[in-house]
Amino acid sequence: MTDYTKDQWSRLIFDKLAEAGVTLFSYVPDFGNSTIVEMADADNRTRTILLSSEEEGVALCVGADLVGEKGVLLMQSSGVGNCPNMLSLVPGGRFPLLMVVTMRGDYGEQNPWQYPMGQAVEPVLQAMGILTIRVDRHDELDTAATAAISAAFKAGQGVALILSQKFLGAKGF
Amino acid sequence: MDITLDRRTILPDLLPDPEKYLLVAGLAGSARDLAAYTQEAENLITLGGAMGGAVPLALGMALSAPEEEVLVLTGDGELIMNLGALSTVASVMPDNLSIVCLDNGGHGETGGQPGHTSRRTDLAKVAEGCGIPSVMTVVAKEDFAAARRFLEEAPAPRFLLVRVMAGPPTDYRRNWDLAECRLRFRNAYLGKWQAG
Repeated sequence: MTDYTKDQWSRLIFDKLAEAGVTLFSYVPDFGNSTIVEMADADNRTRTILLSSEEEGVALCVGADLVGEKGVLLMQSSGVGNCPNMLSLVPGGRFPLLMVVTMRGDYGEQNPWQYPMGQAVEPVLQAMGILTIRVDRHDELDTAATAAISAAFKAGQGVALILSQKFLGAKGF
Repeated sequence: MDITLDRRTILPDLLPDPEKYLLVAGLAGSARDLAAYTQEAENLITLGGAMGGAVPLALGMALSAPEEEVLVLTGDGELIMNLGALSTVASVMPDNLSIVCLDNGGHGETGGQPGHTSRRTDLAKVAEGCGIPSVMTVVAKEDFAAARRFLEEAPAPRFLLVRVMAGPPTDYRRNWDLAECRLRFRNAYLGKWQAG
């Protein structure tokens, strides 16, 4: 399990997204999504958009869909708390939306500030009609990423691929 | 400063060719004014909620349709709810995005309560500070020729602040079904694109 590096799983996620036709990678910086963002910066099929707040990414992906393109929204779990009202767009307009959420406030977390939002991530998303697909083990990632991409871009759902701290490894601060 | 512009009458002067844009309107008055003016043309998507979403939505559209000109019309309250979006736009520097803010100094939709721009906030200075390269403020009809040129010629992204009187927007009841509006906009755009 320790053999599976952040570069490897970031590559798997990035490649699947790029192959699915995702062109806009919007993000609020997090350690967990930093390698995916570097890959999207380096690839000429994709571009990155640094957001001020995660909710902007919801609207940005909606704008891309209106002209037939695909975006993804990358964020740390605390950013989910910035999104609920903007997520009204997604079930309300039957817009596809794919979020990739890297967890804090989860298994092994040492920072008490992270727990309230971390524990609220899935209930908040589900309350807004967003499907959640949680990944705890490295051998789950491939099928989970495919499932999330299909739910969003084939079935037109709002969906969050949630990379747990069991998957990421808890941060030592 | 005397504010004399009536939001219900200015759009034909300010945007004489609305059909040349992909149009986004922020919730409430902006959506009603632009929906009425264009009779809900197929190149317009209006928000009825998701306050703060108009500018980032238009940015996603502008980046995804680089051959088109995208114009977003929104209010001061809607913009202030997500001021960071101006920084996001400035960092990305889309060369096909114009932001027009109808600043009525308050929250018309909820009863006309005063907002920050009726006190000390100047959104043109905010836009400038965020790094938007072209910024202009309009306070009177006499400025409209210059404003039209600004929207045509100033280096994008552009931010045009239009100070309007407090008072009702155009009386117009638009389609509230966002799923229907999505399909209509999308099919119209993609149909045009497929037709070359």
